[in-house]
Amino acid sequence: METITANTAEVIAPLPSWRERTGERAGSFGMYLRRNPALAIGLVILILLLSIGIVGPLFVDTAQAQPGGASYPELAPSREYPLGTDYLGRNLFAVVVAGLPLTLRVGVIAGLVGTVIGIILGFVAGYTGGATDNVIRTLADMLLTVPGLMVLIVLASTIKGSITVDQMALVVASLAWMWPTRTIRSQVLSMRERAYVQMAKMSGMKAWEIIFYELMPNLLPYLAASFVGAVGSAVLASVGLEALGLGPQNAPTMGMTIYWAISDNALIRGLWWWWMTPIVLLMLFFVSLMLISTGLDEIANPRIRRSTT
Amino acid sequence: MGGKYLLRRIGLFFLVLWGAATLNFFIPRLSSTDPIRSRLATMAVSSGYVQSNVEELVRTYQAKFGLDQPLYLQYLRYLKDMFTFNFGYSLSLYPAQVLDLVLRALPWTIGLLLVSTLMAFIVGTLFGALMAWPKSPRFFGAFAAPLLTLSAVPHYLLGLILLYLFAFTIKALPLYGGYPAGIEPTLSLPFIFTIMRHAILPAASIVLAEVGFWSLGMRSMMITTEGEDYMLFAEARGLRNPFIFARYALRNAMLPQYTSLALSIGRIVSGSVLVEVIFTYPGVGSLLYTAIKGSDYFVIYGIVFMIIITLGLATLVLDLVYPLLDPRIRYGKA
Repeated sequence: METITANTAEVIAPLPSWRERTGERAGSFGMYLRRNPALAIGLVILILLLSIGIVGPLFVDTAQAQPGGASYPELAPSREYPLGTDYLGRNLFAVVVAGLPLTLRVGVIAGLVGTVIGIILGFVAGYTGGATDNVIRTLADMLLTVPGLMVLIVLASTIKGSITVDQMALVVASLAWMWPTRTIRSQVLSMRERAYVQMAKMSGMKAWEIIFYELMPNLLPYLAASFVGAVGSAVLASVGLEALGLGPQNAPTMGMTIYWAISDNALIRGLWWWWMTPIVLLMLFFVSLMLISTGLDEIANPRIRRSTT
Repeated sequence: MGGKYLLRRIGLFFLVLWGAATLNFFIPRLSSTDPIRSRLATMAVSSGYVQSNVEELVRTYQAKFGLDQPLYLQYLRYLKDMFTFNFGYSLSLYPAQVLDLVLRALPWTIGLLLVSTLMAFIVGTLFGALMAWPKSPRFFGAFAAPLLTLSAVPHYLLGLILLYLFAFTIKALPLYGGYPAGIEPTLSLPFIFTIMRHAILPAASIVLAEVGFWSLGMRSMMITTEGEDYMLFAEARGLRNPFIFARYALRNAMLPQYTSLALSIGRIVSGSVLVEVIFTYPGVGSLLYTAIKGSDYFVIYGIVFMIIITLGLATLVLDLVYPLLDPRIRYGKA
């Protein structure tokens, strides 16, 4: 081992510096986006949505997102309240600025937790096999046949009322790991037998070294795609729970806004601006995630490139 | 079909049932809120009358529901109750039985879901096939982007928009409910007509959201199928195009759609629960919503258990039927 590494170090030319490499990568990423319009458009929409929460506080006081924050309730969009106000006098523009980041936060936390659990379980199941694999696979299969929202309803209805945004994210995360586990497990299974993994094994690399240096880099597009998928379904589940009234009662998230609009009959009373805004924002969010995952699919499976054109 | 696979699949089904029942039993006990106590508290608040002997009342109820026994006995009794569909009483509509409430709501949900899912499946599959078929009219390709967008949007958000456009703005269809208020449900032709009129919008919101999903899946399968050798051979034999489309391409490309159906039933049902809430449709979803609003825990757990059982059964059937449809699938030999 020692002698081999010493020899190769002499032969290989010095690596380009980190700065050079990232600069090069950023440039080629920009070029790549031109060839992958789905990914580009999806990312642009997502960045716009994210920036609402960052730039918005410069234009509006987020305290107005609480009941009674605006001077009058049920105002149609006007110069003073560009998105109108609701029944309890929340300024809906402030609700968007304060609430959209909260909704995205639930998605990101739940998606992250779900993907990390999925990575761990997927690698353990795929790499060790045997009884462990069987248990993990059965558990994931079992939970996949169960409609997730139902289980989440049971969980959330027992902590109803006092639930916070972050607890909400964890509740949703409890059912966000099965798809990542399955995708990653099957990828690991197919990669385990590849020549370069066998090579690494023979050269005496430890299991975790193989996982981190050989398998992970090759799995990156799949990991990214599972993460995007997990974020999307987490937001879908959390908005669903909130629309049923099981969300954080005094946080102005998008789902809670829809819930208040439904339970105060905004639709029948013609207050369209109340429910329209969260719906449009959520639609934009889901469409952007879908575009991003189509784009990532193209990175992961170059074969699709030919068939879709 | 391999016997081993069959056993594993059926075993999985019972594991799901046991898991669901166990979850329903333990989750409420993990939280600090006691359903009976909190129900009594809300009743006391709403009637403005404070009961002096609440503790005694709680004990009486606990004895009645068997909550004073040791945990493992309660658990065993609970499992037995669940598998005999004995979900107990509704706390807010006492003495109504949970099972009766669910059974009354179930036909509405099943009717709505069955019709809309089948419609979405058939229309979406055909549409997807035509989008990928090289000889179909050009305008089919233009549907891809809007369908893709619709498939990304949750059912109930579409429902809200449809409700606003067709029921509120142009008043062409009813705003809420499964049938007009004040009319006794009967099996007459005019009543069936009103039921259908009420179901159009809820069904449309499910169909619109699902068509995109099915057509996209079908489109990509169709593209793969078109590259197969037997397609080239069929063309070389001089078979007519519609025949190749229906018998060669469609039949083969459709098979994965069944698997997707088994996998997506849960998603569709979860979505339709919220659609029912939006339209105050008299199905299980609305019942669940009312139960959540009124902290009616036994109704919530009963509904969740029933939905899990029904869907578990549906997926089981779909999984067992699949090898009959696709002779290439032989379970248990992999």
